[in-house]
Amino acid sequence: MVQLTLPKNSRMGEGKVWEKPEGATNLREFRVYRWSPDDGRNPRIDTYFVDMDECGPMVLDALIYIKNNIDPTLTFRRSCREGICGSCAMNIDGTNTLACTKGTDECTSEVVKIYPLPHMPVVKDLVPDLTRFYAQHRSIEPWLKTTTPQPEKEWLQSHEDRQKLDGLYECILCACCSTSCPSYWWNGDRYLGPAILLQAYRWLIDSRDEATGERLDDLEDPFRLYRCHTIMNCAQACPKGLNPAKAIAEIKKMMVERRV
Amino acid sequence: MTDMRTPLGRVRGLGSAKDGTMHFWRQRVTAVANVFLITFFVFLIISLQGADYQTFVATMQNPLISVLMLLVILVGCYHMKLGMQVIIEDYVHSEGMKLMALMGNIFFSSFIALASAVAVLKISFGG
Repeated sequence: MVQLTLPKNSRMGEGKVWEKPEGATNLREFRVYRWSPDDGRNPRIDTYFVDMDECGPMVLDALIYIKNNIDPTLTFRRSCREGICGSCAMNIDGTNTLACTKGTDECTSEVVKIYPLPHMPVVKDLVPDLTRFYAQHRSIEPWLKTTTPQPEKEWLQSHEDRQKLDGLYECILCACCSTSCPSYWWNGDRYLGPAILLQAYRWLIDSRDEATGERLDDLEDPFRLYRCHTIMNCAQACPKGLNPAKAIAEIKKMMVERRV
Repeated sequence: MTDMRTPLGRVRGLGSAKDGTMHFWRQRVTAVANVFLITFFVFLIISLQGADYQTFVATMQNPLISVLMLLVILVGCYHMKLGMQVIIEDYVHSEGMKLMALMGNIFFSSFIALASAVAVLKISFGG
């Protein structure tokens, strides 16, 4: 059955409360999930106080402030700091989002709580293990597949057909949507999840692709596709404002269309 | 046992079942049918409120009402079976338990559907 409580070694405890920076007047409290594979201890929640006058406006700025000024052992991924690489996806203030595009002032609760993406194995602190997620992306073969001999120049596509990819090609594979989906939590080993299905639809709807039927064959499965129960957490979480639930509904429509 | 398969091998698993769309489609069809059938059923119950035994039997012996009642039962139970199947697949993860639950679901739904259908038929044929 579904396990509703965390296993014993995953239960969180109270961690260290770090000292407030001296002379700061504009403090914001951050409670951050900490876990290290090296010390054999349970996860804990550390409390940090960030001087907002000395720190940029985004949650990522606060994390970098903590790492630079308070606790250099805090581990997290980040790269582009402008919402295009997807590295800093994490659970902030109760929602999966990108730390670099989430303003600290947007966090509704006074204390900003930061956890890694839910229901993924943790590598360390805020770094989740996304190996399976990437393998799932690989499994839908996210590239143009054709049997017609390669044209001398590019494959042509009308403006109208190109527009069908809008709202799909922008996905940066940050995994915010998939890790917000309860169906993916319970059945992530067999269900592909919203991000991967949105990517799959991106290739299904591409007018240049010639493998639509085979792609649909591969997706037609009670678990790979039909675990989506339109919970819609995916659309709510997506930091790029995309709607994976709609893409999944479109795939289901294609499935019915080729039968009925 | 350590699983040494590659992540891609694990994700591909046993491959696609190439099935599931008919389940999805039938659940929608029965849902749409139920909008009408359950509305009919609710109206029937309200209209029979306080009726005596003879009136009730006479109403149920009306062929149109018998047919609609049979549809309420069969479509309703089939929809119930499809819905419960999804819940079992979602939440029951041990393969043995899952098989037992899926089978039990089919047996239970079939029994309820047929027992109710026989009751309707018995009344409508004057038994």
